[in-house]
Amino acid sequence: MSRTQSSGTPTAAELRELALTEPEYQSATQQLGRVPNRLELGMLGALWSEHCSYKTSKPLLRQLPSEGERVVQGPGENAGVVDLGGDLLCCFKIESHNHPSAVEPVQGAATGVGGILRDVFAMGARPVALLDGIRFGDLSHRQQRQRFARVVEGIGWYGNCIGVPTVGGETYFDDAYQHNCLVNAMCVGLARRDQLVRARAAGVGNPLLLVGADTGRDGIHGATFASVELDQAAEERRPAVQVGNPFLEKCLLEACMELTSDPDLVGLQDCGAAGLTSSCAEMAHRGGVGLEIEVQSVSRRERGMSPYEVMLSESQERMVLVVRQGSEERFRKAFQRWGLHSDVIGRVIPEPVFRITESGAEVAALPLEVLVTGFPERHPEARAPELRGAPRPDPLERIPPWTPEEAWRRLLGSPNCGDSNWIWRQYDHQVGDDTVLGPGGDAALLRLRGRGDALALTVDSAHRSATVDPRRATAIAVAELLRNLACVGAEPLGITNCLNFGDPDRPEIMWQLKESVAGLAEAARALGIPVVSGNVSLYNQFAGQGIPPTPTLGAVGLLPDLGRRLGAAFVEEGDLVALVGPPGAGPSGVELGGSEYQRLAHGVIEGAAPELDLEMEQRAAGAVRAAIHHGLLRSAHDCSLGGLAVTLAESAIGGGLGARIRPPLEPPRQPPPSWMFGLLFGESQGRYLVSLAPAQLDPAQALFGEHQTAFTELGIVGGRVISVEGVAECGLEVAESAWRGAISSHLEPPPEAGR
Amino acid sequence: MVISLKEVVNDPQGLVVEEALHSLGYPEVEAARVGKFIRLEVAGEDVEGARARVDEMCRRLLCNRVIEDYRFELRPASGG
Amino acid sequence: MSVRFGIAVFPGTWSDRDCIHAVGLTGADAVPLWHADRDLKGCDVVILPGGFAYGDYLRAGAIARFAPLMEAVGEHARAGGPVLGICNGFQILCEAGLLPGALLRNSSLQFRCQPTWLRLEAAKGPFLSSCRPGQLLRVPVSHGEGRFYADRECLAQLNGEGRVAFRYSDRAGALTTAANPNGSLENIAGILNPEGNVLGMMPHPERACEELLGSDHGLALFNSAIHHLGGAPG
Repeated sequence: MSRTQSSGTPTAAELRELALTEPEYQSATQQLGRVPNRLELGMLGALWSEHCSYKTSKPLLRQLPSEGERVVQGPGENAGVVDLGGDLLCCFKIESHNHPSAVEPVQGAATGVGGILRDVFAMGARPVALLDGIRFGDLSHRQQRQRFARVVEGIGWYGNCIGVPTVGGETYFDDAYQHNCLVNAMCVGLARRDQLVRARAAGVGNPLLLVGADTGRDGIHGATFASVELDQAAEERRPAVQVGNPFLEKCLLEACMELTSDPDLVGLQDCGAAGLTSSCAEMAHRGGVGLEIEVQSVSRRERGMSPYEVMLSESQERMVLVVRQGSEERFRKAFQRWGLHSDVIGRVIPEPVFRITESGAEVAALPLEVLVTGFPERHPEARAPELRGAPRPDPLERIPPWTPEEAWRRLLGSPNCGDSNWIWRQYDHQVGDDTVLGPGGDAALLRLRGRGDALALTVDSAHRSATVDPRRATAIAVAELLRNLACVGAEPLGITNCLNFGDPDRPEIMWQLKESVAGLAEAARALGIPVVSGNVSLYNQFAGQGIPPTPTLGAVGLLPDLGRRLGAAFVEEGDLVALVGPPGAGPSGVELGGSEYQRLAHGVIEGAAPELDLEMEQRAAGAVRAAIHHGLLRSAHDCSLGGLAVTLAESAIGGGLGARIRPPLEPPRQPPPSWMFGLLFGESQGRYLVSLAPAQLDPAQALFGEHQTAFTELGIVGGRVISVEGVAECGLEVAESAWRGAISSHLEPPPEAGR
Repeated sequence: MVISLKEVVNDPQGLVVEEALHSLGYPEVEAARVGKFIRLEVAGEDVEGARARVDEMCRRLLCNRVIEDYRFELRPASGG
Repeated sequence: MSVRFGIAVFPGTWSDRDCIHAVGLTGADAVPLWHADRDLKGCDVVILPGGFAYGDYLRAGAIARFAPLMEAVGEHARAGGPVLGICNGFQILCEAGLLPGALLRNSSLQFRCQPTWLRLEAAKGPFLSSCRPGQLLRVPVSHGEGRFYADRECLAQLNGEGRVAFRYSDRAGALTTAANPNGSLENIAGILNPEGNVLGMMPHPERACEELLGSDHGLALFNSAIHHLGGAPG
């Protein structure tokens, strides 16, 4: 009896393979009024997986603000869309590919990029930029170095081959990620209003076309794979990782770009997680119709594939389209021109059922209501970890292990603060001839042709204090996006989020997820930035140990006048250095809680997360943008990882110019042991380090005063030394050498003489 | 068939492979060169004719004679 | 009459759009040329742009060189028509035998996208005749297989006949190892055919046509071709 035809109660092992729980199975049989056969069960398992259904996270994600004047499309389609004005729309989304990248880093990362690209061009938007957030264990371990290097190789290979520039990203290394690396890929695309396509099926009798790669046995149950913890047997799941074909995707992309404004195109969807099953079922469900698919018409790469395998295959580089009856040949010819094979594999039917036939005989039929939305929502218990109640040690009381100078050099030379050029010089960041500011700054800037404005892009994750205060740390991430965009002169338009967490069946992880989403919602609402798309990656766990809560956020902004942009580097000797934002914060004036310095010096996460005043952030960002727009500043850099001292050094190194500043705050009479370190490296919020010509000081002070934002002149650009007077100083060359080698020294052997 | 870089051409990939093997505890490896393996399934029964055709395929497309050498063998396909 | 630049498009090419943009900045016309058509559409200059034609599968340019369009390009080149191969285009020209040598994987084994300085070695042919030998151009590279290789005899010939067009240099014009992004022999970044009408180069001049994007030194090559053909440079 063929596998798909067999019925009868599945065993516990079979359910586990499909990542279906017993209650879910019961719910399915109850809703169907019968026992589903194996094929139906497989499809349910795929669509009811966390990755496809968001059954655990959806109840939480509902609280995110997703509407606004500029929002054209919120969460629910392939990607979010915001209006840039002038008939131009921006389509963007971030997505994770964590589990596959842990198993096969090159292909896992590559196919992650491929998948997010398809999500964007499936909307009819031409991808114009990629960004990525990647996290690994400590680089002192060989396996982490290899994984990191291979992920970078994979991202580069796919992005470079397809010709979309990778213009920014975020990289972080910590032992907490050694078993569960994170690879989050973000894609941004542009479309004219009439080019935007929806992913819905409509029109009874309209044919369904499948175009692109042949279907093979790749990644069957990849969606379920993404929804379970990695275990020792993960190595053997290698077949669940697909091999990407960026060349094929480039052809797909160009073909789709030619066809998106075709009036006979009804709906377009890419085949991602759970393959044909999810893409077709979702299209039909959104259109309120049904679909019938004849598996024999699906073009296969391998012989003897069962309907089960065909429907659940996650072979890459495939798209499905619904077109008006009679136009299918025209579409097929258009695809052929690009060397792409396509087949009519089904048609739209009136009953809202997902019907699969094999040589005409029905082998599965599921009501779409059940398949797509019938999963029981999960509300696992959330419980704050015990340490919440306990009195928090004050990080300022710790004895510093180093002098301030030594700490400064170590921070600059640490992979999390140092130069990431080793990574992004492997990415084509210029193709398209529109990259004005590439990787390495606070935000990237892409020129919008024929207009005077520019698109600003950035990616950032929650503050390290997320483990103790996920709510505040996630809110901080939103504030950071705001500041990153403000530094180049841009205003935020929308956020996309990738929530990377451990196993939500553990109450403390579920608590983290709830708190983090609450923090994201609060901050996004307070700052008026809608969350238009996103992705959730749960179960990032190994042998019972989960990753720290890691919400990774991407943001898109608009710089109104490209001529008024700014960078982070000091520009001219003699310019003044100033601090925008509060010179002090926290009960002692400086805050070390959850800082990168704390991680390096003491290896702990302790103390309160930095204070956050969202109203103040909004005022400060507005002030910085206004100052840039009026041409008052020469540089602006967001004070984040590593605090004031690292920010100062980065601006100095970037400009090849030293700087001398006075400390923004006087120490208290009897400062705790780490107070000075808090001054130098604390990650207090709402601060920007800017430089300006002396003649602009008065106008700048006036402008910031009008915006009720603190503006403190601190010092001057020039010389070959970077110093915080009376506290620490570092030679420019020494700082640069440490900073440049931060990542590269781990991956490159020192140059050998005479080889 | 095996396509390999000509001996005179520098092979950084080979060098990296050699170093990696050394660091994994195989000091006896004195050199490594990395090439390509291509398998073609060719219909027909005329072996000599096939040999000439495959040789032509190598020269025209599969091998870049400026920097690569090739060698191949023909074997009857196993089974049906 | 306006000079017409034909920009080849193979499946997988992506700097065709950038070349069209660059040519547009000079005021000349840019016409896409489809790989499957043996038709240059009356273009005066042919550009083979960068990208990953056929994914660079098998070898970069190995499959693209057999495209019907390449027959027309070959005829045009043999008749003395200007042909510029950029990055993947250079690789295709070498595979097609229109230029000698080959492009191998970067010695770092990594893709490299970075600005470089190019020292102009030979100011001959349509693309370089308006330039000065020794002139330094700021042009970026973006490739994984840009290491130029030719055997001893060929190198001697290229040098002897003054057919090395560019070498990677530092900002002072010195040919250092540090300035060489891919390990190319003798820091060679671009070469000419014996007649000088075919130029192949790994760096991307179409990405150096606007100060806004980092450099406008690349315009010189396009303007030189226009001037050579009697048109007015933009």
